[in-house]
Amino acid sequence: MIPYISNTPDDISAMLKTVGVSCIDDLFRDIQPHQKPKSFDLPDSKSEFEVIERMKRLAAKNATNLIPFIGGGYYDHYVPSVVPALVSRGEFYTAYTPYQPECSQGTLQALYEYQSAICALTAMEAANASLYDGGTALYEAVMMAIRITERKKVIMDGGVSPIYRKIIKTYTGNLHYAFEETPVLHGQSSRDEIEKLIDEDTAAVILQNPNFFGAVDDHSDIVEKAHALGCLVIESVYPISLGLLKTPGEMGVDIVTGEGQSLGLPLNFGGPYLGFMATRKKYIRKMPGRIVGETVDAQGRRCFVNTLQAREQHIRREKATSNICTNVALCAVQSAIYLSLLGKQGFKELAQLNLDKAEFARREIGKIDGVEVKRSSPTFNEFTVHLPVDASIVVEAMIDRGFAAGFPLGRYYKGMERYMIVAVTEKRTKEEILAYVRALKEVLKNV
Amino acid sequence: MDLIFEKSVAGRRGFENPRSDVGIAGEIPAKYRRKEECPLPEVSELDVVRHFTKLSQRNFSVDTQFYPLGSCTMKYNPKFTETVAAMEGFSCLHPLLPQLKQGERLVQGALEVIYDLEQLLCEITGMDRFTMQPLAGAHGELTGVMMIAAYHKAKGNKKKYIIVPDSAHGTNPATAAIAGYEIISVRSNQDGGMDLAELKDKITDEVAGLMLTCPNTLGLFDPGIDKIAAMIHAVDGIMYYDGANLNAILGRCRPGDIGFDVMHINVHKTFSTPHGGGGPGAGPVGVTQKLVPFLPVSLVDKRKGGTYYLNYDYPQSIGYIASFYGNFSILLRAYAYILMAGKKGLEDVSNHAVLNANYMKERLKERFALAYDRICMHESVFSASRQAERGVHAIDIAKFLIDQGLHPPTVYFPLSVKESIMVEPTETESKESMDRFIACMFEADELSQTHPETFQGLPKTMPIARPDEVKAARDINTSYFQSR
Repeated sequence: MIPYISNTPDDISAMLKTVGVSCIDDLFRDIQPHQKPKSFDLPDSKSEFEVIERMKRLAAKNATNLIPFIGGGYYDHYVPSVVPALVSRGEFYTAYTPYQPECSQGTLQALYEYQSAICALTAMEAANASLYDGGTALYEAVMMAIRITERKKVIMDGGVSPIYRKIIKTYTGNLHYAFEETPVLHGQSSRDEIEKLIDEDTAAVILQNPNFFGAVDDHSDIVEKAHALGCLVIESVYPISLGLLKTPGEMGVDIVTGEGQSLGLPLNFGGPYLGFMATRKKYIRKMPGRIVGETVDAQGRRCFVNTLQAREQHIRREKATSNICTNVALCAVQSAIYLSLLGKQGFKELAQLNLDKAEFARREIGKIDGVEVKRSSPTFNEFTVHLPVDASIVVEAMIDRGFAAGFPLGRYYKGMERYMIVAVTEKRTKEEILAYVRALKEVLKNV
Repeated sequence: MDLIFEKSVAGRRGFENPRSDVGIAGEIPAKYRRKEECPLPEVSELDVVRHFTKLSQRNFSVDTQFYPLGSCTMKYNPKFTETVAAMEGFSCLHPLLPQLKQGERLVQGALEVIYDLEQLLCEITGMDRFTMQPLAGAHGELTGVMMIAAYHKAKGNKKKYIIVPDSAHGTNPATAAIAGYEIISVRSNQDGGMDLAELKDKITDEVAGLMLTCPNTLGLFDPGIDKIAAMIHAVDGIMYYDGANLNAILGRCRPGDIGFDVMHINVHKTFSTPHGGGGPGAGPVGVTQKLVPFLPVSLVDKRKGGTYYLNYDYPQSIGYIASFYGNFSILLRAYAYILMAGKKGLEDVSNHAVLNANYMKERLKERFALAYDRICMHESVFSASRQAERGVHAIDIAKFLIDQGLHPPTVYFPLSVKESIMVEPTETESKESMDRFIACMFEADELSQTHPETFQGLPKTMPIARPDEVKAARDINTSYFQSR
C-alpha cells in the first residue's frame, strides 16, 4: 500500500464493522456493474527512489546549459535562497484557502502585505490577492472595464504581448464585444491610431509598458484622451521595471495587471506564475478575485480576512465578477517575501542593474556589421534587434553555440521575420555578453 | 503582529544584488521615470526570515493539523514531489524555448512529462484526450464550457442554457455565465441525487449541456446518472463532469464510461499537489472524441521517430486559454505522484478515502443529523440543526474545533442543506485522528446541551478572536499605504 495511507488490517476491520458492511467493495454498491471501468490499465506502483531516478533522467533531457538572452515577458532573474526556504514551510504550502480567518492569519497577513507591495510598485490604491498569470489577469481586466463602463468596444495596442492578445480573443469569442487592434512597429504606442479609435462606446484601451518590443513609454497623454470620453485605460506592466519607470498610478491608469514571475518565481516551463492586478479604490467592488482586508477582532486587535466576498462565485454564483476560486496565493506570498528582502534600495538597484547590463549589450550588439539595434524609444532590459537575415535561423544557430539568443518576432508579427527581441537581466555577466556578441558575429558570417 | 512595512528602518538592507561588471550606467529620461522611490520595507534578511516564519506559524495546515474540509480533499502532500519540482532541468526551463526553430529538442524531457501524464489521465478517466493548460479547476471549467460552445457553433446548434444542480459548487454557474450562457438550476431529490422529474420539465432543445459533480457535493454517487446523460444527449447537450470529487472513484468508475463528454481534474485534490493557501493548482481538461477538435492549442503530440512536439495544427481549436503549457511544476508533482502510486495505489486511495468517510459518518450520526442516511463516498454532509435549536450553530462548532487544534469541516455548503457541516477525512488520515475529531464533535454536542454559553467568543487559543467581517467590507482597507 502507498505509504500515505495509515489504515492497518485491524483498523480496516474495525471500521468496516462500525459501518456495518463486510468489505470495502460493499461501500461502492451505488456504482452499478455496467458503470465499472472498461479499463484501468496503469503501471505498477514504484518506490520514491525509483520515481526520483526516472524524473532525473527526464530532467536531463532538457537543455539547461544555454545562456539565456530570451525574455518575452518571462525573465531569468536571481531568486535569493531565503525565498524558497520560507515559502516551502508546510504551514504555508499545505494550507487551504483561508476560509477560517482565526487559524489562517499567516496566509491572510502575508497576502495583505503582498497587496500592499503591489500598490507600492504600481502606485495604485488597491490590489487583489492574485490571479493565475499575466495573460489571464489582463483578460480579467478587460471584463472588469466592460462591467464598469457598460460599453462593449475594446482597443488593444499592438505592443501588448501577442500571447496575451490571443488569450483575450479566445475568452471573448462567444461574447459580443468588438476588438480593435492598433499596429506598432518596434517603438512606442501609435497615438494617432489609438486616439482615432477611442469613442463613446469604448470600454478600455489596453497598453503595455515596456511593450513587447521593449519600448518604454509614458502613457499619460493617452489616458487623458481616453478619460475625456469616459473610456478606461488598462496597462500591463513588467514589475521589475517599476523600480525605475514611471508608474501606472502616476500616468492615471485605471487598471494595472502584470506577470509576477520575475518577483522571485522560477521559470518552471510556463507556470505556476503570478497574475497581479491593481486599481483605483473606487473600482474595488468591480475587481475580480480574492481581496484581503484589514479589520479588528472581537477584542479590537488588528486582523485580516477575505473581504468583499459578495463579488465571488461561492456567494454570488452566476452573478459573480469572475469564476476564479483557487488562484496562486502561494506565488503571491513568495513574491511578498522576495520584495521584502530586496527592499526599497535593493529593488531600485536591481532595476538599474538590469538597465545597465542591457544598455551594455545593446551597444555591443549594435556594433556588429549589418545588425541594427532599434533606438526609437528608451528601453529597459529588453530591446529589438534587426538582423540582415531571418532571425529564427540565427537563433537556431546560436543554440548550437550555447545561447538562447532571443525571441524571433516573425512568430507573432507578420513582416518582422528579421527582428528579434533580446533580454539581459542582472544575471548576465560582461563575459557572457561579449561571448554572445562574438558568437552572433560568427553566426552571421556563416548564414 | 506588525506588518513587514512597520518593521522598516531607513537604511537597513536584506539583500545584496550582483555587482555591475559592465562599467556603464544606463539612463532613462526623466519623463519616463518614477518620481518617488518604490516604498518597499527596509529590513534585514533575519527580519524577513523571522517575520515570515512567525506568520507561517499563524496558519493551520495539513502538515500540522487534521483538515477535514469537505469538498477540498485536504490530503497529505508527499515531500518527494517537491524534490522533483525543484530539479533544475525543470525549474529553470524557459517556456518560449520550444517555440524557437528546432527548439523542441531543448525540452524533450518536459514534453515527455506532459505527453505521459496525458496518457495516464486518459486511462484513469476514460477520456480520449486532455489539455494540460488550465491553471486551476475553475479555469478548467471555463475551458470545458468554451469547448461546449465551440461544439454547438460548429454544428449550427442554437443553445442558450447550461443546467447545474442546486448542490453544485459556485464555480459551475459562475463559469457558465462568464462563457455567455444562462443558468437553469435543478433541485436535489430526497435521495440527494438530481430531481429527474424537474430535470425533464426544464430540458429544452436550447440546453447546451449539464455540469455535474459526481459523486456530488453531498458525497453521494447519483443513481440517476444514466438517465441524466440520456436526457441531455437526446437534445445534443454535452455532459460536463466536475472532477472536484474524483478522489472517491479511482478504479471504480470512469467519467468517460458513464456518459460524460468533458471533465476537469483538480490535481491538488486527487493527485495530492499542495494547495498553497489558495493555489497554485492545475485543472487539466479531458474530452471524448466529439470534443477533441475544439481543444485549446498547443497539444503535445509524438512523432513516429519518438520525439515530442507542440502541435498547433487544430483548425477548430478554441485557441489559447493560457500563455503556455499549464502550471507545469504542479503537473510534474501530479505526474510523480501517479507514477509512485500506480494502479494499485490509486485504487487504495479511493478505497480508503471512502472507508474513512463512511466510518466518520456512522460515528458522527449518533449525535448529528445526517442529511442523507445512506452509504456515502468520500465525504458526508451533516446538519447542526439539533444543536442550532439550542442556540449553537455550525459556525460555533467550527470555532470550537479550532480551539481543539482541528481545522473545521466545510460549513454552510452545500447550500441545499441547512446548517451544513461537510466532513471529508481523505485516505491519509489515521483512525486515531478521526476518533479524536469525533470525540471533539461529541463534546461540542454535549456542551450545546449543558453549557451552550461556552461557545460565546470562541476561538480563544488563536492569535485572534472572531474578526469583524462587516467592518472589513464597510471600512475597506486592503493596503498598508491606504491609511497613510
